[in-house]
Amino acid sequence: MTDEAGIVTETPDSEIPVLEARNLVKHFPVRRGWALRGAKVHAVEDVSIALRRGTVTAVVGESGSGKSTLARLLARRASLTGGELLWEGGAAPSSGRGYAREVQLVLQDPFASLNPVHGLRYILGRPLKIHGTADGQAMDAAIKALLERVALTPSDQFIEKMPHELSGGQRQRVAIARALAVRPQVLLADEPVSMLDVSIRLGVLNLLADLRDRERLAILYVTHDLASARYLADTIAVMYAGRVVESGPAVTVADSPQHPYTQLLLSAVPDPDRDGAPRLTGAGSPPSLIHPPAGCRFHPRCPFAMAKCKVETPPAISVGDGHTSSCWLHENNENAQASPAADTAGAA
Amino acid sequence: MSALNDPVLEISGLSVDYGFGPNAVHAVADASLTLRRGEVLGLAGESGSGKSTLAYAVTRLLREPGVITSGSAVFHGAEGAQDLFDLDADGIRALRWSQISVVFQSAMNSLNPVLTVGVQLTDVLRAHSKELGRGERRERAAELLDMVGITADRLRSYPHELSGGMRQRVMIAMALALEPRVLIMDEPTTALDVVTQREILQELGELRERLGFAVLFITHDLSLLVELADTIAVMYAGRIVEHAPAEQLFRNPRHPYTEGLLGSFPALHGERKAMTGIPGSPPDLRHLPPGCPFHPRCGHAMDACSTQVPELLPIHWEPTEPRRASCLLHADGYQAPESLKKTTLRTEEIGSTL
Amino acid sequence: MRILRNRKTLAGLILLAVFVFLAVFGPTLAPYPALEIVGNPWEGPSGAHWFGTTQEGYDVWSQFLNGDRAILIISFLSGIIATVLSVVIGVAAGYFGGLADNFLSMLANIFLVLPALPFLIVINSYLPAGGKSSTALMAAIISLTGWAWGARVLRSQTLSLRKRDFVDAAGIIGERSWRIIAFEVVPNLVPVIASSFLFTTLYAMGTYVALTFVGAVDVNTPWSWGSMLFWAQGDQAAASGAWVWFAAPGVAVALLGTSLALLNFGIDEFINPRLKAAGLTRKGLRAAGLHHRQTLGLTPVLRPSAAPVAAQPAEIIEETV
Repeated sequence: MTDEAGIVTETPDSEIPVLEARNLVKHFPVRRGWALRGAKVHAVEDVSIALRRGTVTAVVGESGSGKSTLARLLARRASLTGGELLWEGGAAPSSGRGYAREVQLVLQDPFASLNPVHGLRYILGRPLKIHGTADGQAMDAAIKALLERVALTPSDQFIEKMPHELSGGQRQRVAIARALAVRPQVLLADEPVSMLDVSIRLGVLNLLADLRDRERLAILYVTHDLASARYLADTIAVMYAGRVVESGPAVTVADSPQHPYTQLLLSAVPDPDRDGAPRLTGAGSPPSLIHPPAGCRFHPRCPFAMAKCKVETPPAISVGDGHTSSCWLHENNENAQASPAADTAGAA
Repeated sequence: MSALNDPVLEISGLSVDYGFGPNAVHAVADASLTLRRGEVLGLAGESGSGKSTLAYAVTRLLREPGVITSGSAVFHGAEGAQDLFDLDADGIRALRWSQISVVFQSAMNSLNPVLTVGVQLTDVLRAHSKELGRGERRERAAELLDMVGITADRLRSYPHELSGGMRQRVMIAMALALEPRVLIMDEPTTALDVVTQREILQELGELRERLGFAVLFITHDLSLLVELADTIAVMYAGRIVEHAPAEQLFRNPRHPYTEGLLGSFPALHGERKAMTGIPGSPPDLRHLPPGCPFHPRCGHAMDACSTQVPELLPIHWEPTEPRRASCLLHADGYQAPESLKKTTLRTEEIGSTL
Repeated sequence: MRILRNRKTLAGLILLAVFVFLAVFGPTLAPYPALEIVGNPWEGPSGAHWFGTTQEGYDVWSQFLNGDRAILIISFLSGIIATVLSVVIGVAAGYFGGLADNFLSMLANIFLVLPALPFLIVINSYLPAGGKSSTALMAAIISLTGWAWGARVLRSQTLSLRKRDFVDAAGIIGERSWRIIAFEVVPNLVPVIASSFLFTTLYAMGTYVALTFVGAVDVNTPWSWGSMLFWAQGDQAAASGAWVWFAAPGVAVALLGTSLALLNFGIDEFINPRLKAAGLTRKGLRAAGLHHRQTLGLTPVLRPSAAPVAAQPAEIIEETV
């Protein structure tokens, strides 16, 4: 189901999203260079996204797309230039600590996010202490329970360890455990597996899937890897140059992309099962965010660019059940599978 | 792609240590590979596999405290066959860049930020082609940029004025400046976005057809190598565990690690099903288990695996196939599981999954 | 502890231990008080007076044994005060940034460019007699000129630490700023702080000896090697050939400084373990017979001699399948 604003709603029994962002805007002032003073980096422009309990929403984009900034905005680690955040349809908790109790952010680099001078007992004990989830005698037991939740067993061995004794995958699990310690309802994961060895990525992704299924967390999975997004997520939102260009059920977006940028991504991604050599549908590189192109930000690279694209920014247009694409090509073809590329299989 | 070309780089029994004495870390152990003219050989592995160490050791660019402790690297160049490990500083310098060149992992940071691109290109030419005059060098530099798809006006640009993809192209142009026979590339596109990566690899393919150099392509992205390479060698804990033609390796892996690694890349097509990757953690080179370094994580491990270190050998039950694996399951006297005995061809595979 | 295995640290520690022993037991071991006439003036070293006597007839050996305590106390006390100041000011400036940083950095810069010795001489000239001989006051005043350098170093270290993910993560789970500074940032600065402390102590020692030497402080109370140097200079010991009178305190001061510097080297290698690994390799290579210095771009090859591969003329065999 899509409501009027084009925001994707997930399952038929969907409740109010636990965390919803409407028309978020984030501009950073440019600090370097006298010639650029007063200029702004338009990092996030008019982004709306809804996170629901028991779902994984993936945000897919290249570096510079604004996906990490979006995660920080949702975590309230960066101030909003515009737009609003709704918590269960109403105002979000105002205090920093109150919000931190509900929404947690896991960072990308497992080798940097754990303080090397502290052991796991301290690292996992602090959030428990700060938010009063456990105290005194019950502390050790609570920490061990957390370790077991992220499959770091035997927990009485791990509780004594220091970060440098752990592998990248184990450290990332500790980082996730730390986020879970406050008992949040929303877990934002910023490229949680990008810096891990390939063979251990799936372990961490499966852990996130488990948290979604068993504990009904609302999870945001930020990544540049479309394949892992297709594997893990229920919904995918594709970002380009600060805007969401396509959004919909994960498998649909990955298998029958409607936006030219998503199609370009798919044509470029390594795919051993592909027939023959990949054919890139578009060239060039992402635009400057200080002086972004007018209208649709993808038009300079788009093989289907029309006059309108250079002037007006396309809104999210519905192209299927819960599937939207921000492209003027779909303007008159609502709910039809207009696939500009030769033969992408059709059904909604 | 099975034309029998002459070898251009033959590495045998290479071992490289970091440090010295009892605490030395064995980063590469007994690696043997052959790179043939015009071939793309992919070297795949994760952290601790030794793939970068191998490449840097061969070109004698490994930094302290790296030491080469055994083996040879015979390069078949314009002056015949030479063992790179027997050469002195002058000998290596003569070969390096003119016949073997390297595109580094952090190529983005390998460009000098205070010199223009043009100066850096002409520097390479000046160091190696003494006979070119200044004007000729500039012309050649412009030619090189054109070869990688950059306009000549960029000769006057500084590295920070170029995008990541363009800087990488400049590095490739510098590496190809003297038309070497071998190009070693260490994770050249990892830090770039997927579209730029694809463009650069396509351009690289075109350059290869024109200039005929062989490529040793090092990366952790096995799915990329399957599309890109002719042959692939997979490394684990400093050893080569499997070496086979790319398509064969992808469809019919013989080593449990390759099988696990292939199962770590979620598919872009087909039904979504649960995948597990490989259990356990990457190897700690300072504390390797006895026997096969992969056995603690291997689903097919046998008792013998914890005592014997398997050698990289042809598969004993299909000895005529041009592939090798270091796994006891394929040795005489043992029975390999079905998943490691597949012999599917492409068309069969398409028929069965869709 | 690994840090004690380093030869330089060990040497520094042993040397420092000697001076600490001297400071604690020196005055008790001295046969005479420092300023009591006990012999004829200008005596050379002898059985009765190991280091000879001064122009007034004081025993140089006793003076020497009494000369360590004040220096050690003032140097270390000053080092501690200056280090505490530099940590508080430097880390606050680095962590909070903005106006606080601007102000604190300006403060540090002012004290940095202040010529220390003249400044201290001037301050000391305003002190009453009691002040000029007070150890604690002296330490405090010297530390005024010793904190700025450490503060700058700590500020830049804090600036880079602040960007590290684990500091960000601490904020994400809801830690308060002061706790982040005290428990996340500062523990990572300990090696730098230790090094800064040793360096500042060394600086304080040199400054105090210099102040005593020029007579800016009370030269006789407390008694120190600087006092010996002052009097030796004033009474023309060098011209009179009484070289032990000035050589002993001079060498002692130099050795004390050296011990602190050696300790500092050890900390450097602790902070940067790569230095250590490289050193071990060089030793091993030398033991294996490779004597050339490792040049960049020529990884050493250490293998049992393989049959040399002579350059052969290229034979091109074309085989097509």
